[in-house]
Amino acid sequence: MTELFAFLLTGLTVGFVYALVGMGFTVIYNASGIINFAQGEFVMAGGMIMVFLLAGGIPYLPAYLLAIGLTALLGVLLWKLTDLSRDSSQESLIILTLGYAIFLRGAAEVVFDKELHTLPPLLGEGHLTILGATLSYQALLVMAASVLIVAGLWFFFRRTRTGKAMIAVSLDPDAARLMGISLKKIWVLSFSLAAAIASVGGILLTPITSTNYEVGIMLGLKGFAAAITGGLSNPFGAVAGGLILGIMEALVAGYLSSEYKDAVAFVIMLLILFFRPGGLFSHRGVQRV
Amino acid sequence: MKSMLLKMLAIVALFWSGSVLAEEPIRIGALVSATGPASFIGDPELKTLRHYVEKINDTGGVAGRKLELIAYDTGANPKKAVTFAKRLLYKDKVAAIIGPSTTGETMAVIPLIQKSKIPMLSMAGGVPIIDPVKKWVFKIVATDRMACQKIMEHMKAHQISKIAMLSGSGGFGKSMRKQCKMVAKDMGIDILADETYGKKDTDMSAQLLKIKNTPGVQAVLNPGFGQGPAIVTKNFKQLGLKMPLYESHGVASKKYIEIAGDAAEGVYVVSPPVVVAAKLPDTNPVKKVCLAYKNEYEKTFHTPVASFGGHAYDSLYAIADAVKRKGTSPAAIRDGLESLHNFVGIDGVVNMSPTDHLGLDTKSGLVMLQIKNGDWKLAE
Repeated sequence: MTELFAFLLTGLTVGFVYALVGMGFTVIYNASGIINFAQGEFVMAGGMIMVFLLAGGIPYLPAYLLAIGLTALLGVLLWKLTDLSRDSSQESLIILTLGYAIFLRGAAEVVFDKELHTLPPLLGEGHLTILGATLSYQALLVMAASVLIVAGLWFFFRRTRTGKAMIAVSLDPDAARLMGISLKKIWVLSFSLAAAIASVGGILLTPITSTNYEVGIMLGLKGFAAAITGGLSNPFGAVAGGLILGIMEALVAGYLSSEYKDAVAFVIMLLILFFRPGGLFSHRGVQRV
Repeated sequence: MKSMLLKMLAIVALFWSGSVLAEEPIRIGALVSATGPASFIGDPELKTLRHYVEKINDTGGVAGRKLELIAYDTGANPKKAVTFAKRLLYKDKVAAIIGPSTTGETMAVIPLIQKSKIPMLSMAGGVPIIDPVKKWVFKIVATDRMACQKIMEHMKAHQISKIAMLSGSGGFGKSMRKQCKMVAKDMGIDILADETYGKKDTDMSAQLLKIKNTPGVQAVLNPGFGQGPAIVTKNFKQLGLKMPLYESHGVASKKYIEIAGDAAEGVYVVSPPVVVAAKLPDTNPVKKVCLAYKNEYEKTFHTPVASFGGHAYDSLYAIADAVKRKGTSPAAIRDGLESLHNFVGIDGVVNMSPTDHLGLDTKSGLVMLQIKNGDWKLAE
C-alpha cells in the first residue's frame, strides 16, 4: 500500500511538470490554432536565463521577474517573426515553430553554453515524508504554481474581456475582427503569455531536474502529449492530461518495467488521437473552452 | 621598372623553392564532435588537439617535421563522420586519424579505415571498437568494461555481492549496463534488480523505490551521464536509501557534484586519473603527465579540465611516439602504435600488442573516488 502511495506521489510530481509545460500549448492554441513546438524551448529559456542572471550577480527576486519578462519578450519576438511569414496557413506556421525550436536550442548553445546548470531550491533542500513516501518542497512549489496558473488562466479566459476576445479569435478570426478585436494584439499576447508560463515552469523545474540547452526537447514532447491527452484547447485538460501521464509512467516503472515507461506517454497520446481527437474531456467534435 | 619586376620574380621564386625544399608537414586528421549532443566530449578534444599540435610545432615538430592538423566537426553524427573520414582519406591524404569521439561514429568509419589502410586512434569508450582486434584501429580510452571491473573490485573488497543497477537508456548507459552484467557474472556479483530510466527523465523515484523494496540489495550502481545520474543521486538521498551508490566515469566531473549538491556526499565515482591529478599518490606513473596537462589546459582555456581532452592528448602523443620510432608512412605509424611500450599517457600506461589495441589496465587507467565535503577524495 505504501508502495502504491509512493508511486502515486512520484507520478504526481512528474505529472505536474508535464502539466506546467502542457498549459503553454493550450494558450497559444486557444488564440491562434497553432501548436507551438517551441514551447519546450521557452521552458529551457526561462531556466537558462535565470541561471545566468543569478550567475551575473542579480538577486533572486529581480532575477526571477526579469527571467520571466525576458522569456515573454522572446515569445513576442517569435510572434513578430511569424507575422512576417507570407504563408499564414496553420500548417506552415506549425512547421515554423519547429524551426524556432531548433533555432532556440542552437542560440542557447551559443549565447549560454553546453553545460548542465542548476538553481538553488527556493525553499531549501528539504522534503515532506507522507506515509513513508517523500515529496520535496520544490515539487510542492511546482504543484502550487500549476494550480495557481490554471486558476489564473480560467479566470482570464472566462472572466476578462481580453480572455474572451482570445477565445473569440480562435473560434472565428474573421468574425472576431469584425467585432473590433485586434487579431495581432491577441496573438502577440498569447505568445508572450505562453512564454511567460513556460519560463515559470522552467525556473521551478531547474532545481529538480537541472537544465541545459536541450532540456526543452523531451519536456516539450511530454507537455505536448499532456495537452493532447487533455484536449489542446483546455488548460484544465492539460493539467489532467499531465497528471494522467505522470501517474501512468510511475505505475508502469514501478510495477512493470522502467523500460516501457517512456512509451506510455506516447501510446496514450496516440490512443487519444485515434479515439478522442478532441482530448479526454471533449464533447463530440472539437470545441474550444 | 623591368629590373624591379625581375627582382620580385626572383623573390617569389626563392620563396617557392624554399617551401619545396622544406619537408612537407605530417598530416594528421581528426574527427571530433565539437558541436551537437556530444559537444561536451568533442569540444575539449578539439581544443587539446589544436593547442598541443601548435606546441609540438613550436618545439621543432616530430622527427624534424611539423604536424598539420586537419580537424572536422562531425556533430556526433555517424553519417557525417563517414563523409569526413572519406575526405580525410582521399582528399587530405592524412597519415593517421584521431577520433571519432563517440562509439557509434567510430563503428561507422571502421570499415572505411580497414579498407584504406590508414591507422586510426578512436577517442570513444566502447568495447566493440577494439574487440575483436582490427588491424588499423586503436584506442587509448578506458572501456566501460574496465569501469565495471574497477567498481566491482571495489565492491568485492567491501564484501558487497548483491547489488541493484539503475541504468540510463542512452548509448552510454546501455553499453555499460551490458558490460557490467557480464563482469558481474564473472566476479560472482548478483544483480537483484535491473532498472532503467530515459535520458531526459525528471524523476527516478519509482525505480529507486522498487530497488528499496527489493530485499538483500547492498549497493546501487548507476551507469549513465548527463543530468540523469544527478537526479538519481538526489532521489536516492530523498528516499533515505543508506547503501553505497556507485556512479560511472560518465559523471566524473565537478559539474556532477555541483548539480547533485549535498546528495552527492559519500557517493563513489570511478574516474580517469586526470580528474584528481593533484591528489594521485606520487607512485602513480601518470601523475606527472596528468598534472602538467591539467595545469596547461586550465591556464590556456580558463575552464576546468575534462577527462575527454586527455584522450586527444594521448592519441596525439602516441602518434608522435610512433613516428619517432618507426617513420612517417601510415604503415609505419600503425606498426609504431602496435608496439607502444610503457607509453605514459593521461589515461594510463599503455602497452599495445598485435592482440591488444587498447593496452590499458584498470590499475593505472582508472581510480575510485568518493565525494567528501563537495570534493573528490581517493576512495579506500
